Parts: sequence; C-alpha cells; structure tokens
Amino acid sequence: MTLSLTYHLQVINLLAALLLLISFAMLSQRRIVGLITLFAWQGAALSASTAIVAWSTGQHHLYYSAALTLVLKVIAMPWFFYRLVKKLDVDRDVEPMINIPTTMLIGIVLVIFAFNLAMPISQMSGTVMRSTLGIAMATVLLAFLMMITRSKAIPQVIGFLAMENGLFFAATSATYGMPLVVEMGVALDVLVGVFVLGIFFFQIRETFDSLDLKHMEKLKEK
Amino acid sequence: MTPFDMIPLQWAWGIVLYWLLLGGASLLARHVSGLVTDLIFPLSALGALVMALVGGSALILPVSHFILPIGLPDLPFHLRLDALSGFFLLLLGSAAFGVTVYAMGYFRSMADDQVGLLALWFNLFLAGMALVLLADDAYAFMVAWEVMALSSYFLVTTDHQIPDIRRAGFLYLLIAHVGAVSLLLCFGVLQGGHGAYTFDYMRLAEMTPFWASVAFLLALFGFGAKAGLVPMHVWLPEAHPAAPSPVSALMSGIMLKTAIYGLLRITFDLLNLQIGWWGTLALGLGLLTALYGVIFAAVQSDMKRLLAWSSIENIGIIVAAFGLTLIFYTDGKGGLAALSMTALLYHALNHAFFKSLLFIGTGSVLHATHERRMGHLGGLMRYMPWTAWLTLVGALAIAGLPPLNGFISEWLLLQAFLLTPGLSQPYLNMVIPVAAAAVALAAALAAYVMVKFFGIIFLGQPRDPALHQAREASWPERLGMLWLAAGCVLLGLLPVQVTAALAPVVRLLTGQTLVNDGSWLVLAPVSAERASYAPLIFFAVVAVVLLLTFVWVRKVYHGRIRRADPWDCGYLEQDARMQDTAEGFGQPIRQIFEAFMRVERERPDPFDRKPRYSSASLDQIWFVLYEPIARLASWVSDKVGRLQHGRIQWYLIYSFATLIFLLVFVTR
Repeated sequence: MTLSLTYHLQVINLLAALLLLISFAMLSQRRIVGLITLFAWQGAALSASTAIVAWSTGQHHLYYSAALTLVLKVIAMPWFFYRLVKKLDVDRDVEPMINIPTTMLIGIVLVIFAFNLAMPISQMSGTVMRSTLGIAMATVLLAFLMMITRSKAIPQVIGFLAMENGLFFAATSATYGMPLVVEMGVALDVLVGVFVLGIFFFQIRETFDSLDLKHMEKLKEK
Repeated sequence: MTPFDMIPLQWAWGIVLYWLLLGGASLLARHVSGLVTDLIFPLSALGALVMALVGGSALILPVSHFILPIGLPDLPFHLRLDALSGFFLLLLGSAAFGVTVYAMGYFRSMADDQVGLLALWFNLFLAGMALVLLADDAYAFMVAWEVMALSSYFLVTTDHQIPDIRRAGFLYLLIAHVGAVSLLLCFGVLQGGHGAYTFDYMRLAEMTPFWASVAFLLALFGFGAKAGLVPMHVWLPEAHPAAPSPVSALMSGIMLKTAIYGLLRITFDLLNLQIGWWGTLALGLGLLTALYGVIFAAVQSDMKRLLAWSSIENIGIIVAAFGLTLIFYTDGKGGLAALSMTALLYHALNHAFFKSLLFIGTGSVLHATHERRMGHLGGLMRYMPWTAWLTLVGALAIAGLPPLNGFISEWLLLQAFLLTPGLSQPYLNMVIPVAAAAVALAAALAAYVMVKFFGIIFLGQPRDPALHQAREASWPERLGMLWLAAGCVLLGLLPVQVTAALAPVVRLLTGQTLVNDGSWLVLAPVSAERASYAPLIFFAVVAVVLLLTFVWVRKVYHGRIRRADPWDCGYLEQDARMQDTAEGFGQPIRQIFEAFMRVERERPDPFDRKPRYSSASLDQIWFVLYEPIARLASWVSDKVGRLQHGRIQWYLIYSFATLIFLLVFVTR
C-alpha cells in the first residue's frame, strides 16, 4: 500500500508539473486555436490527476468531479471555442500587450511567490498531495497574468477558465476537493458563463467590428 | 412600577402610531378634493394636543420604560419617558398644534395630489421627532433621527421644480447626514466596549476623561449640525426660505430643539462625568453663533431668510446657556446651574412659540402677496390686521420685551451670567462678564432686527401697488397664530408657575432646582433683594396706563381722530419709494460688521436709462470654509476618477495587485 501510494504520488506530481508547463505554454502561445488546444490539454491533465487522487485515497465523489472536468473542459468547451473561432474568423497572430519573454520572466517570479506562499499552508494540510498546492496557486496566478496580457476577448475568457482549473486543482490538493454539490454548481456557472460570453462576443464584434477590447474604452463614463 | 405609570408612555407611542397612520391615510385621501386639509390636518392637530398633555403629565409622573417588539431581530426598540423627554414632548405638541391648525388653512390652495403627499411627510416628520424624544437606545434614536431628517428633506423640497429649492434641500440633506455620522460615532464611543446600545448600559459605562471628551465633541458637532451652530449653520438660511411656511415653523420651532434635547441627554444623562472646558467651548460657540446670527439677520432683505438667521441667533443663546450650565455644574455650583438650565429650557420653549408664530405669519403674508422680498412689501397692517397684530406679539416676544415670554428667559440667563464672580476659576471670572455683554448685545440687536422685520412688512405705505389687493388670512390660519400668540403671552405672564413646572427636568439634569424666593406673583430666582420680576403687576400697570391715556385722549384732550398728512419736509408729494427700505435699515449694521460678510454690489452705470442697484451680503464662512472643502472633494474625486480607464486590462491589474497584496498580507 505504501509503495502504491508513493507510486501514485509520483504520477500526481508528474501531472501537476505538466499543468504548470501547460500554463507557461499558454502564456507564450500567440494563436487562439493553439490556446484552445492547450486549454483542453490542461483540462485533461487535471481530470487525470483528480481520477488518480480518487483511486489512491478512496474518495469516490472525486470520480464524478473528474468525469465532469473531462466532459466540460476537455470536450464541450474547446469544441465550442473552436466553432466560435471559425465563425468569427478571428484566428490570427496576436501581439500581446507585454512581449512574451518578459511575460515569462514575470511568470517565473509569480511561481516562486506562489511556492513561498503555499509552504506554510501545505504544512497545515493533511492530504497526500499537499506538496502540489504551490503548483495550483501558480496556475491561478499565471492564468490571471494571461488575462492581463491579452487584449482579445477569447484569450481572456480562456484565461478565466484556466484560473478556474487552478482553483479546482488547489481544492483537490488541499482538502480532496469541494463537496460534489458545490462542484456541480461551479461547473454549471462556468458553462452558463461561457455561453453568455459567447453571445457577448458576437455583440461586441457587431458593435466594434473587432474583438479587441481596447475599443471598449469608448464606453467609459465621461 | 404599577401599570398606571406606563400610561403616558403608551399614549405617547400611540400618538406616534396615530401620526404614522394619518400619514398613510393622507395618501389615500388625496384623491378626494379637500379631504386632506379638512380632515387629516385637524386630526394631526388633535394628536399634537394630546401629545402636549402627555408630555405635561410626564413632568410629574415617574419614569416609565417600554420595549417594543419591532426592529431588527435581537435589537428591539426601547422607549422611555422621563421628565426631560416629557418637557420636549410638551414643547413639540403645543407648538405643533398651532402650526398644524394653521396648515389646514395654508395648504387649502394647493393641488390635492401635492397636499396629500405633503401631509404624508408632515405626519411622518411629527412622528419622527416624537420618536427621537422617546428613544431609549442608540438604534431607535438613529432610526427616528433619520426619519426626521428625510421627511423634513421632502418637506423642504415640496416645490422641487425650482432648481434653487433642490439645491437648498441637497445642502440640508448633506449637512444632516454629516451630523448623523458624527452621532453614530458618538454612540459608538458611548457604549464603552460593552457592545450594548441601550441608554441604560451607556449610563453605566465608566468613561475616561479622554473618551468622554471625544464623545462630547462628537455630540456637539452632530447635534450642532442639526441645530445650526456656527459653522454648520449654512443650511438654515437656504432651507427655510425654500420650505413652505408651516414646515419652516416646525423645523425652526421644534426640530432644532430635538438637537438641544440630544445634547442635554448625552451630556447630563448618559455621560457619567462632565468636564469644565466643555462648558467654556459651548459658551464660546454659542455666543459666536448668537452674534453671527443676529448680525446676518439684520442685513437680510428676504423675510424668511431673516427669520432663519434669527433662529441661528436663538440657538446660539440656548447653547451659550448650556455652556454656562456646564461651567456652573462642574464647578460645584448646583443652584446656579439650575438657574441657567431653567433659562435654557425656558428659552427653548419660548423660541418654539414665537419663532413658529413669526414663520406662519410670514406664510400668510406670502399667500396674500406672493412676495418674500421685504423691499416689495409694506403697509400690510391695514389689509391684514389679524396677521399683523398677532405677528406683532411674536416680534415683541422675540425682541425680549416684557411682559412677553422672550424677556423672562433672557432675563434669567443674564441673572445667571451676573452671578459668575462666584466661580473658582479666576480666568472664567474675568471673561464671563464679556460674555454677558455679548448676550446683551445679541438681545439688543434682535430687537433691532424685529423692528426692521415688522416695520418694513406691516407699517408704512405699500411699496407695490399689488399689495392693495392683499387679503386677510383664513380662519384656521388665524386660529393657529392665535394659539401661538396666546402661548407667548401666557408664558410671559406666568413665569413662577412655568419655572415650577420645569423643576423636575432641572432636577433630573443638574440635581438641584431653581429656588423661587418670591411668591406666586413675583419671580425672584436668586434672592428677593437681588432681583425680582412680577409680570402680572407689570402687565397690569402697563394696561392701566394705556387705558387711562386712551380714555384721557378720547374724552378730555380732543376726542376725535384727525387724519392729516404728516410734515413732509417741504417735498411736493410723498410716495412709497421714499420710505426706508430693508437694505437701508440694515445698512448701519452692515457698515460696522462688514468684516464678517462678503458684500456683492451691482451699481448702475451713470448713463443707464433704467438704473438698477442691488447688493447682497453673503456669508463669509461659506467662502472660507465650505468652498475649499468642496474644491478639495472635487479635486480628490477627479484624481480617483482617473483610475477608471475603461480598459479591461487595467481593471484586471487592479484586482491582481490587490490579490497579491492580500496574499502577502495574510501569510506574513
């Protein structure tokens, strides 16, 4: 049992590292379609790690969480975004607000900060995978950073969803996940949010002929 | 406590409910023409009369408590009726009765829809003021205080179509809320860490001198903003001309007194210690307010604005009496504290009567002439004898002439000032005679202001041909004025009885009562050798002399009325434009005290075909204090406004930075 637990832990750590790597990849990805693919991979890594946690600790409700993640974040949403990008025809190279090397450097600083932050918290936690808490927080912060550096609407929404991924991972690693009811609620919120935002994309484009959010400055109250 | 003792409090609460119900009913009644003025206002007036009786009975009966099952969970309203509350309820009920009877006639010409809404706020206002006086916990007090402030705001902005009136209402609301915030903080200090907000717990709290001083200063600021203490007085001269006259009467006559009530309640009842310098501060502020108010009253040419400034002056005198009471009280001179406290309460009651009377008097003039500027009035005594004579009673009373009521309270206050040499602090000994001189100056200038007020409006020739069409006020209006004028006369003639009735309140606050060394006829507050006053004898002598003169002139001298032109200085003809104007009458005062005001003159060009001259004396405090604050506020909000870029990235950076900062802060 001890042996198998260590073995599982190795796999979880591997998946966590993958999650962080994908976060950095998302930061440096310029094309929207590539971003959507990376987002799907991030969801897959999350789903897999959740399933392994469920298997190794016997927390059966985590299986449902893993399935939910798989259906929503790996299949439904990426598919929805692919369609959206095709319909809106917005898959072009996007110059981010800050150039990519600088963004990566800021990202590294954030990761160090997140690990420092997580150290005292993970010592209090009693779960097997407490060491991954730092990675979860880093994922949240990196997704936030991505939202700041992108000026188009779709990457921002993907950044927002990636942040949700990080939070989900943090919850699993610190306390074996939230109660299933809460997870279901969050999942539903995210789904509805994505649909609403999808409608907004069309509206924004119709109004400004572009999805570039800098046009929304005009809405500022004078 | 027997059930019998609870009766006044239950009645008082019952009348508050009754007023609230009447307010609701007036919304329904507004669809039937004339129903609000003919039914709702008389019923409200009846409530006010009962409230006066309840207040009067509470002066004699023991204290009663009552917990209402309304309010937030675990936070019910506590009510309490003691002699202090009873006195102010008496003031509220008796003055509001006259004003409400008057309102029956005054609002008859208003559109039914508008008067229904106005009656709602009117009744809510009365209920709010009564609840302020009854509240026995900070929560109920603040709720009642806000009901009072908001309903009076809507009353002030009755004619909200006029931009100036909206502006006046906003200023009033703003200062009322700044004051309310200060009161909220004051109650926060007063609860002294118990976390219990009933007044019973606050009485028990042991305060250090520092925190007691903080509480006192917050209370002085908060209640001062409501009462119109300099420099928080700026809303009064704006709000009173804007409001309909009965509303001005209620606000000036009664609402300002609720602030005095609060100040007395907190300083003498809730705080367990008093410090001498509080009294010096209140005395100084009060005197400043009194002089400032009366000087500006003298230079006004709008009759309601003049009365508003006069209210500021009277509040100043009341606060000066409050300061003097505190000085005596902390110095261990209980008897003298009782004397100046009696003067304070007496003056508050007097002011409620004569200022309400004067305000509704101007309301009748306004209705008859549609004119507030005194430069366009004059000679109205011939057309409106009732209004003129009743207003004259109020004007004489506020000028402090015997045998009317204004004289008594100012005389008592000056007696108290003259006795300060007994104080143990030498500096105060030397300074306070100067303060007494300032009070005397304010009283004299108040008489000057009233000569101007009455003379310009009612005497002389009409300055405008339209004034010949002025009609006398309607009967309910006359009855309302008659009630208040009768109050002024009775309070002036029966000082011995009134001071005896005030004794329980004075004992509650200062621990001692005023000892009358005279008899039922003669008031001698300190000792009969020192000073005494017998108003009935004085009145009888004045009346007999007048009567004899009248009879002598009629029967012996020539016995007929001669009508002839006065000596007209050799001019060919005299017309109304040759009379002294409101501006002209106030001009000497403006010359002397020009440093306090900013005078803006508009002089005509020598070649102007239609020359116009106008001058306005503006409040210097507005420019020195309020405009810099307003500029600072708009500068800061301009800077803060720059944070709003309209770019989503910047908003994200704000939340990101906040998140990082909080994370660092939490884990440190």
